Amino acid sequence: MWNYAARRLFWLIPTLFGVSIIMFSLLHVVPGDPLAGILPLQAGPEEREKLRHELGFDRPLIIQYGSWLKNAVTGDLGRSIATDRPVTGEVVDALGNTFILAITAGVLSMVLGTILGTIAGFQQGRWADKVASAIAITGLSLPNYWVAIMLIILFSVVWGVLPAEGMTTIGGTGSGALDVMKHMVIPVVALMMISLGIITRMVRASVLEVLNQEYVTALRAKGLMPFRVIFHVVKNAAPPVVTVVGLDIGYLLGGSILVEAVVNWPGAGGLLNVAIQQRDNAVIQGTVLVLSAMFVLINLIVDFLNTMIDPRIRRS
Amino acid sequence: MALTHRAEPDVAAEALAAAPISHWRLAWWRLSRDKVTIGSAVVLALVILAAVLAPVISPHPPNDAHFNDNQTVKRLAPIGTSGHLLGTDEQGRDMLSRLLHGGRMSMLAGVLPVIVATAIASFLGITAGFVGGRLNMFIMRIVDMFYAFPFILLAIAISGALGPGLNNTLIALSIVFIPPITRVAESVTTQVRAMDFVESAQASGAGAFAIIKSHILANVAGPVVIYATTLVGISIIAAAGLSFLGLGVEVPNSEWGVMLNALRRSIYEDAWIPALPGLMIFITSMSFNLLSDGLRDALDVKL
Repeated sequence: MWNYAARRLFWLIPTLFGVSIIMFSLLHVVPGDPLAGILPLQAGPEEREKLRHELGFDRPLIIQYGSWLKNAVTGDLGRSIATDRPVTGEVVDALGNTFILAITAGVLSMVLGTILGTIAGFQQGRWADKVASAIAITGLSLPNYWVAIMLIILFSVVWGVLPAEGMTTIGGTGSGALDVMKHMVIPVVALMMISLGIITRMVRASVLEVLNQEYVTALRAKGLMPFRVIFHVVKNAAPPVVTVVGLDIGYLLGGSILVEAVVNWPGAGGLLNVAIQQRDNAVIQGTVLVLSAMFVLINLIVDFLNTMIDPRIRRS
Repeated sequence: MALTHRAEPDVAAEALAAAPISHWRLAWWRLSRDKVTIGSAVVLALVILAAVLAPVISPHPPNDAHFNDNQTVKRLAPIGTSGHLLGTDEQGRDMLSRLLHGGRMSMLAGVLPVIVATAIASFLGITAGFVGGRLNMFIMRIVDMFYAFPFILLAIAISGALGPGLNNTLIALSIVFIPPITRVAESVTTQVRAMDFVESAQASGAGAFAIIKSHILANVAGPVVIYATTLVGISIIAAAGLSFLGLGVEVPNSEWGVMLNALRRSIYEDAWIPALPGLMIFITSMSFNLLSDGLRDALDVKL
């Protein structure tokens, strides 16, 4: 077990190294002037050169990457060229807000998806299965940014029961946590649609697969209560589902960028949007690196969970 | 299995009598029974037809603003206004015409990357799977690297780096879809290569290209194409999403994501016109998803 854990953890290093190289080359090889966003309009070529030198953009790419990597390892992701604030601080703050959305949506879609998928699997071909499968494929096909807009139209504009934007009411007097929760409803529901679809389908397929195994017939034949049979089936159907939940966090972290843009949520998505518009490479690099690192780490944890549920996975 | 109960005498019953029944004929028979899949194929055909014929059937040019009698811009005319069946947008342009034209770009930006990625990924995956060894390691490790990015994040980062524009959206989404399709192509190729008929072909002196052409391709194409069709729905949502963020198709072109983004600021004036572009993205993506599900079931491909 520990051997396996150590081996997997070791793989994290080359993976993150690869991620940083891909990200760095994307941002630096493509055409476009990173100074365009910060240089005053009337700046002459002399000032431009001076700024380039100060920011180190005149050094060879490999040197730029080396020094960036050296700092990144110690947790220093550079400074935003737009705001001049340290990137690490900005990313960590924003990431916290994104995680609140992603984790809530993840947990809700996992619980609902497991229930729907299990019902669908046990009721294969009957109306309950059809309803659950229809919900799943609808969820998969919904653009989350549109769902967010539709929810705002319905709940904020037409009925006026939920706030449309932001994370807290500006100048509001209500208690903090409740206010944030009210603001979370629309982005969380919009965000969880795709995950709900994916998880429901996966649970259904996995349950069907397990139901076909002989030991389930044996359990039923020996007269085990249906409730206990369901427990056995769900436990054995879990590993592929857990894997999908891990990948799903990726959808949620990525998808939140779009949803956050709709509801003005102060998260990593908002940060990335602004950074892209300003060509603020340090912030783009930092945000993408940290989000990807989180994603890889979560999938690593998911793999460990799976080996605990089913020790056979470790050997393959 | 659906074939066990054959109620009425039909093609399938005749086909069953004349064994062995061909794979494609069986698939076609299953498909013709699947009402949901046929329904979604019809909806999709209509959407595609509307997009192709947009210049002919649009009631107005998509970028022309319309004016009221008193020369003010006829903005956000409600759905059902005479002359504007689906109303007008925030700049007084005809919604129906813009939605029809928008379909052209949205479909292009959604479908083309999957086709390009399938071509490149098949090449990479088949090469990796067939040659094996170090080359396989090399290609697949690079593919693994890309799996470390959440896919929308990667698409946004690439288009952010390349800058806005339809071409850059196509490039970004193509890059994003190459790794997963390569994985499928590689794993199927590795399985097929181990089969007896490949060994026989090698023993009889067939070269690598001949074997790939006549044995590998035929077996790999099915699973890869089916897998690729499952990506089209996501691709359409992602392409419109990039435009929605201002990273894809640029204004004033009509494209569903661009329209949705422009109209979302008008939701307090008219709640329903801003819903339309997103509804089109949803309908199109849903039809593709249902169709690919139906195809997968009919062809009995496990992924």
